Amino acid sequence: MSLLTTPNQTTLKAADQAAPTLLSIRNVAKQFGKNPVLRDISLEVAEGEFLTILGESGSGKTTLLRIIAGFESASAGEVWMGEERLDRLPPYRRLVNTVFQHYALFPHLTVEQNVAYGLRVAKRPEAEIESRVAEALDKVKMSAHAKSKPSKISGGQQQRIALARALVNRPRLLLLDEPLSALDANLRRQMQVELKSLQREVGISFIFVTHDQEEAMVMSDRIALLRSGELEQVASPREIYGRPATAYAAQFIGHTNLLQGQVRGGAVRCGCLTWSATIADGTALFSLRPENLRVVAGKTIAAGSVRVRGKVRHRAFHGATELIRVECGDGLVLVARTPGNDGVLDEVELEFSAVDAVRVRESPERL
Amino acid sequence: MEFLVSEAKLISGSRWLLLHAVAVFAFLYLPIAVLIVYSFNSEGVGGFPPHHLTLGWYRTLFADGPIWDSVLNSLQVALAAMAISLAFGVPAALALERAQFPGKALFRRLVLLPLILPGIITGLSLLMLFNVTGTKLSLVTIVLGHGTALISVATTEVFAGLQKLDRAQEEASLDLGANYWQTFWRITVPNLKLPIIGAALLIFTLSMDEIAVSFFLIGRDNTLPLEIWGRLRRGITPEINAVSTIIFAFSLVAIVFWYRLRMRGESAAEAGTELVGAVEEEAV
Amino acid sequence: MFSRAYKVAVAVPPLLWVTVFLLVPYLLMFCYSFWSVSASQTIQHSWNFDNYLQLLRVDVYWQTLLRSMWIAVRVTALSLLLGYPLAYFLSFYAGKKKDLLYQLVIIPLWVSYLVRAYAWKTILGSDGVLNTLLQYVHLTKHPLEFLLYSPFAVVLTLTHIYTPFAFLPIYAALEHIPRNLVEASHDLGATPGQTFWKVIFPLSIPGVLAGATFAFVLSLGDFLAPLLLGGPSGIMISNIVVSLFGAAYNWPLGAAISLCMLVLVVGLLFFSERLEKKWSFS
Repeated sequence: MSLLTTPNQTTLKAADQAAPTLLSIRNVAKQFGKNPVLRDISLEVAEGEFLTILGESGSGKTTLLRIIAGFESASAGEVWMGEERLDRLPPYRRLVNTVFQHYALFPHLTVEQNVAYGLRVAKRPEAEIESRVAEALDKVKMSAHAKSKPSKISGGQQQRIALARALVNRPRLLLLDEPLSALDANLRRQMQVELKSLQREVGISFIFVTHDQEEAMVMSDRIALLRSGELEQVASPREIYGRPATAYAAQFIGHTNLLQGQVRGGAVRCGCLTWSATIADGTALFSLRPENLRVVAGKTIAAGSVRVRGKVRHRAFHGATELIRVECGDGLVLVARTPGNDGVLDEVELEFSAVDAVRVRESPERL
Repeated sequence: MEFLVSEAKLISGSRWLLLHAVAVFAFLYLPIAVLIVYSFNSEGVGGFPPHHLTLGWYRTLFADGPIWDSVLNSLQVALAAMAISLAFGVPAALALERAQFPGKALFRRLVLLPLILPGIITGLSLLMLFNVTGTKLSLVTIVLGHGTALISVATTEVFAGLQKLDRAQEEASLDLGANYWQTFWRITVPNLKLPIIGAALLIFTLSMDEIAVSFFLIGRDNTLPLEIWGRLRRGITPEINAVSTIIFAFSLVAIVFWYRLRMRGESAAEAGTELVGAVEEEAV
Repeated sequence: MFSRAYKVAVAVPPLLWVTVFLLVPYLLMFCYSFWSVSASQTIQHSWNFDNYLQLLRVDVYWQTLLRSMWIAVRVTALSLLLGYPLAYFLSFYAGKKKDLLYQLVIIPLWVSYLVRAYAWKTILGSDGVLNTLLQYVHLTKHPLEFLLYSPFAVVLTLTHIYTPFAFLPIYAALEHIPRNLVEASHDLGATPGQTFWKVIFPLSIPGVLAGATFAFVLSLGDFLAPLLLGGPSGIMISNIVVSLFGAAYNWPLGAAISLCMLVLVVGLLFFSERLEKKWSFS
């Protein structure tokens, strides 16, 4: 059995109901002077879960992470780990470790000494330190560089060392503050895969902070979408993508068409489009993903489908698919995703199923 | 970032640090405070507690001719030294920051040496030069001494300013069609305004207070510090306290002003760099 | 990027000035040290090692040099002891007041040396502020003699003068340390105390070395404080040099001692720089 795994490894499920709660964030708020950065955040993190806190810069995601780590204290609210109140403890007494955005490796210590730091401070016996460090380095494939200084290794390698340095202490929770943002695209994709499999192997909870929605979707068991200090939606990637709760969630993750419609007697009217939906009368906002808009020919309209004609104004080639902007009259512009090998089209007919128009809440401006 | 203090919970270790800091500040300012207080004491420079407080010594000071002559001398010397130090220090900084040439390391050390060398060595070596060349000692020799010793101050200040200057600004200027000479005068020099003014202020203040080098190069006319020195040999009166207090007041103003200039220069440079960065990001 | 003409225009004038007014004088000092002074008080340009031999043989020069070094060592140690915790406090604990406090530290630095040395003289004398204060509160009956005209007075005054000098490079080095290293250390379980010794102090060593070098070199070559406050027991090597250029009229011998000091200082600077490079990690 690997020395890095915790005992009681639970089988990971997509939803967190099966796994016990590790971290409980209750009504946490944070103000810097008069500036509210976090407002009333409540979130539960399960054992062994890979949770991503996703948000733009200024959304408060890093602040939330730092509150969990102990580098900031919350203005209101509590953080609990198990039966213990976490936010009363200074960072050096929490069983939480952090992988910093710029790695924060100690420049005057070798790679080995960096990784051993936490164990040395805890005064573990030398033999134990040696074996645990060697194993950690092996796990991140950096054993060959044990005696090097951080300034002599590349960014990607530094990132692995930062990871090893944190994990070797067997924390109950690992925090990662945009650790991949400094890497270039290919290395980043590679590291995403490695991090995910590492998390599965080690079995502890990871809280990962990023602004990259694609990264969040690839790696997470659940995503917590943060906007202007409040949680927009907390759900699995599939759910956030397929059933976004708000306009912001729909737009931030992936591409979407936001349709403003009027509902009367079970029928939605949006420009020249009409479809039926069981919604109360009034205005409603809908999210329609480009891949749900198909280019069709032929006269037969399937039940529950909506058709619209338009002129293609712009096409963007994305390799496997193409995104086309279609002007449909009445000022309605739809973005559709088509297979990339279509011929060049001027006018198209698009079709979508009414059920694919997902109702979303408004996302009002927050100051 | 300084989470320990911002949390308003001083842990025991930092309480000692605070105490230590207070003690050191007291140590640094105590003699100056004593000096100021006793400049108002009618009975002399010692003796605790100070009795009759009076402005009498300041009156004596203002009537004291030789002191004011020496002040005038010091001012002349300081201005001339400033001119020399800047005239040679600014190009030296440019050469060190921008150009590569053989012997650069040696040049750098030589220019910066008087900064850390005890003044006596600089003063004596120049004395020997003047002796060998038969130059009579006077305010001119003092000017040459100060000017030489303080080139290093000008160089360090301007060098720091150059390092903060974003190369991208000069590259943008060249890109837009200006040649090296134009770029130098339109972009580089305006950005060096603040460091140069700061250096000038510093050099002026240091020259006014300078005594170690001046000690050996003095001719007939005294500078202010040497005039005070002469008085000290003859006996101490609170008049010296009075003139010291005034010197302190001026130095205080000068240094605070210099520091503010420097801070303004730094934030201006940062703002400029941020602007360049933002524009670059947009372009990507 | 820079043309030859630019390089010449910019490098040559300072080079010339510095050669004439720094290099040549040092060379002259070198020459003088090998000459001698005749009975009739003129300088004879006969080349010999007499001055250096005299330095080696005559006790007073040796002893004074050693005493000067000992004083310099004490001043350096005290300046570091006072300056380092102050710099640490300002850098890590002062928060918004950091700027103001920094100004407060550098202000005494630029207030006339003479003024400050003189101030200590008025404090430490037998009729001075300290003695009369102690007698006033009945802590002592008679003035404490050792306060003035002693090595103690010199060490005290020089520490006062050079503590800000020691402070500056230490503060700069501490400010340079990325704060996320401190956070990382805490994150890994180290208390602030452990963090200081394992992370902060090692990374500040170049600053400490620079500060120590400043304090040592400048106090070694100081002649004003000993002249004002040292008395006969507080004479330092520079005072001997001053008298050789003054009343004792022996320029060659004075030049020899000065040259020794110059070599010593340059050697120390060089050594210190090497050490600083070895300990610098960024």
